[in-house]
Amino acid sequence: MTALQSYTLRLGDDCLILSHRLAEWTTRAPELEEDVALANIALDLLGQARMLLSYAGSFDGRSEDDLAYLRDEREFVNCQLAELENGDFAHTIARLLCFSTYQLALYRRLTDSADATLAAVAAKGVKEVAYHRDHAEHWTRRLGDGTAESHRRMQAGLAAVWPYTHELFIPDDVEQRLPGIAVDPGSLRPEWESFIDGVLTGATLERPADDGWRPRGGRHGVHTEAMGFLLAEFQYLHRAHPGARW
Amino acid sequence: MSGLPLWEVFVRARRGLSHTHVGSLHAADAQMALRNARDLYTRRSEGVSIWVVPAAEITASSPDEKEPFFDPAADKVYRHPTFYDIPAEVEQL
Repeated sequence: MTALQSYTLRLGDDCLILSHRLAEWTTRAPELEEDVALANIALDLLGQARMLLSYAGSFDGRSEDDLAYLRDEREFVNCQLAELENGDFAHTIARLLCFSTYQLALYRRLTDSADATLAAVAAKGVKEVAYHRDHAEHWTRRLGDGTAESHRRMQAGLAAVWPYTHELFIPDDVEQRLPGIAVDPGSLRPEWESFIDGVLTGATLERPADDGWRPRGGRHGVHTEAMGFLLAEFQYLHRAHPGARW
Repeated sequence: MSGLPLWEVFVRARRGLSHTHVGSLHAADAQMALRNARDLYTRRSEGVSIWVVPAAEITASSPDEKEPFFDPAADKVYRHPTFYDIPAEVEQL
């Protein structure tokens, strides 16, 4: 697999897996209005995933469906942050805040990529992800600066997802082999930290302490135990009824 | 059922048109109402501008007052500009 294909697959898998997690909120969100909002965000990410997986598949003749439904766990290269279980609403918002802040910084840089397809996907995604981040930011402020209970839950949600944010910024040889095309994830960290710190301060929340536990491996197909259950549900229909249409 | 206050949503489809009532939603405050309106009522490119108004702030005419409010207008045809001859040369009237 070429570096460009690997890189595209990483971007696409992040979108696909987080999209599935957000879609799990459908009919379960705290308010009908929030139900639609989360589904909209999930659909934005699914649209990005389709473009990226179609592009990744074009290198070796696989379709977007082949990549989404017929790969096994070890072949998925999404960050572990995306696959974590939803937890309560505050957990979901904490994850969305951390991820969309990263993704927005990434897409803004990727619009200048020498690869025209990645640049085009990023240019379309920037506006969508800016809204995802805005949505997460507002809920973080509301919950953090809300009642004692909402503050406690928001802080707990942040603590739960925080260790998984480190993986987003680990550079490896895939990006290094794509100068001018890929973005060095490490270079996104200062912007990410500065934005997150601003939101947390405004929300009267504390940045979780870094206790040294920094799980990683998603980019190389090593996933948390949540991933197998996610894929089982996500891929079941397609595998049980190959080629099914409606 | 939501415990949050009700808001009425008005969307302007494009420049030059006025805002039109499209529906209602629940939200804790104006900012949340605006965002919810964006997600509920403009996801298929319906608008370029959104107003949200607390439903409690709207004073509405009562169905009981329908007759005194609206019926007297029914038989006053002279209020319609139908008694003028429009010159054929005038295109925009």
